[in-house]
Amino acid sequence: MPNIVVLVKQVPDTYSERKLSEGDHTLDRDFADAVLDEINERAIEEALQIKEAHDGEVTVLCVGPDRATDAIRKGLSMGADKAIHVLDDALHGSDLLQTAKVLAAAIRTVEDVDLVIAGNEASDGAGGAVPAVVAELLGYPQLTHAREVTVDGTTVKVTRETEDGLTHLEASLPAVVSVGEKINEPRYPSFKGIMAAKKKPVETVDIADLGVDAGDVGLANAWSTVVEAAPKPPREAGQRVEDDGDGGVKIAEYLVGQKLI
Amino acid sequence: MAEVLVLVDHLDGEVKKVTGELLTAARALGEPSAVVVGAPGDAAKLKESLASYGAEKVYVAESEDAANYFVTPKVDVLAALVESKSPAAVLVAAGSEGKEVSGRLAARVGGALLVDAVGVEGSGDDATVTQSVFGGAFVVKAKAAKGLPVISVRPGGLDAEQAQGAAAEETVEVPAVDPAKATRITGREPVVGGDRPELTEASVVVSGGRGVGSAESFEVVEKLADALGAAVGASRAAVDSGYYPAQFQVGQTGKTVSPQLYIALGISGAIQHRAGMQTSKTIVAVNKDAEAPIFEIADYGVVGDLFKVAPQLTEEAAKRKG
Ligand SMILES: Cc1cc2nc3c(=O)[nH]c(=O)nc-3n(C[C@H](O)[C@H](O)[C@H](O)COP(=O)(O)OP(=O)(O)OC[C@H]3O[C@@H](n4cnc5c(N)ncnc54)[C@H](O)[C@@H]3O)c2cc1C
Ligand SMILES: Nc1ncnc2c1ncn2[C@@H]1O[C@H](COP(=O)(O)O)[C@@H](O)[C@H]1O
Repeated sequence: MPNIVVLVKQVPDTYSERKLSEGDHTLDRDFADAVLDEINERAIEEALQIKEAHDGEVTVLCVGPDRATDAIRKGLSMGADKAIHVLDDALHGSDLLQTAKVLAAAIRTVEDVDLVIAGNEASDGAGGAVPAVVAELLGYPQLTHAREVTVDGTTVKVTRETEDGLTHLEASLPAVVSVGEKINEPRYPSFKGIMAAKKKPVETVDIADLGVDAGDVGLANAWSTVVEAAPKPPREAGQRVEDDGDGGVKIAEYLVGQKLI
Repeated sequence: MAEVLVLVDHLDGEVKKVTGELLTAARALGEPSAVVVGAPGDAAKLKESLASYGAEKVYVAESEDAANYFVTPKVDVLAALVESKSPAAVLVAAGSEGKEVSGRLAARVGGALLVDAVGVEGSGDDATVTQSVFGGAFVVKAKAAKGLPVISVRPGGLDAEQAQGAAAEETVEVPAVDPAKATRITGREPVVGGDRPELTEASVVVSGGRGVGSAESFEVVEKLADALGAAVGASRAAVDSGYYPAQFQVGQTGKTVSPQLYIALGISGAIQHRAGMQTSKTIVAVNKDAEAPIFEIADYGVVGDLFKVAPQLTEEAAKRKG
């Protein structure tokens, strides 16, 4: 009967332009459309599949601003049972380590957690380290970048897929798992699911509720600071030619001219 | 000069290219010490190349557990060295595993995590890193506000330069593994790239997209890659259609590559694909649709059928190689 917590993040839609705000170089969240990160849909899907096979309960956990509620609702309408939303103005500008600390504190408030499931890498920060740091803070084993997850009794097995190839991992529960893009195809919320989600409990907490010190979070207390940020001038289009039967030769000539071959 | 720890990225008794880049970056900050965590006998095979990139010391942390447990032995060894040697900074490769190692280390020792640096400057613990965010759309400089800088460096982000180092060995203990908190590695299936260079390390990358049409016709992409000594990449659409394995995906959720030359064949150039390749020095695209967005960022584009253009280019490249 695994009790599963899924970490979900709301991110700017990658189809819209993303930018950093002028003042404090944090992500300009008002600028882009916000969506539930695609990788987190896969994390929820995996949790739901484990629940369907073994029973249990799925809690969605999100640290984010007010409008992150939309991302949470999407998780609930896919089929998660309940949610925790950590919402606190003091969190603005928190870095990866601070966010992981808040997530770990929130996970500790959930009773008898067996599995924490996250995405392997968020599409905005691309830190790729929150799940590992959460595992560090909770003292759980980490099984990350999964393309396959099997839960068997108190053992969890994962096939990890990265640039290094496949690695087979095994640990005992409770554990932190992060999923990669090839793990599954997330389900679409059904009409029934969307209606049901409206009635599911969302517990909104602030950092005081979690026992996290305001001096440990937020931009002013971050471990790292951005000293400078500038948009890179967009790449300019170069030459473009139609292929008249000599397109390959022309590319070769161009590459020779550039001393690339 | 301040000591800077570098976690050596190695496989099968050889250092990965990024290790040279890490040691080069470390030399900018202070005196590099290479840290080898691995199976007994690993460090002996790596020592010579570590010396050739200027490692003054080599800390050898070898045990069966170090090789058979996942991530935590590396964190444990680095944390112990941070304690005993008080280094000015720690550098780790920003691959999937390195990002996790550096994150955990920073959390454990009270360090400042600086991820995915493409440049490192400064001296000692006053390090400033350059990062390329949102797929290269923004360039950011960041530094530690407090604590030990723990920096992950993007493979290929900066150039390795050789320098002679003493590579004096010192054995360090691998702390005991706590099985309740650790993950066992029960098997490995490394990528069999054949003779091709690794995607993130290659100086030339040839990628195919949905336009390639099938797994069989990816041969056209591979042949061009081999004629150029290149790595092969693929768009997500090509991976999802089963034309090419997932570990070769380039883009926001795949690999970020920054080669001297990137050739896109039958790839439309969606924003998420561009996020993984638009910092390439030179981009060449072949697409039969003149409106394809890939042409907006290509230095040289040919509007045409990849099945005609690519084989011709392969032939030309082979001729020049002689
Ligand atoms: C959250 C998220 C993450 C994503 N991550 C990635 C990622 O990491 N990497 C990635 O690549 N995509 C990613 N995508 C998907 C991305 O949006 C595009 O769908 C994908 O890049 C399209 O791949 P493609 O260019 O191969 O296919 P298409 O867009 O279908 O383009 C195929 C192109 O081939 C051309 N073509 C067809 N036949 C020929 C021929 N014979 N000769 C020449 N040209 C031909 C066509 O004109 C067309 O332009 C992501 C999407 C999302 C939402
Ligand atoms: N603010 C957040 N709230 C909830 N989960 C998060 C948050 N930030 C990161 N995560 C989780 O950690 C994963 C990896 O994020 P990152 O390490 O930032 O690339 C994401 O896919 C989420 O599952």
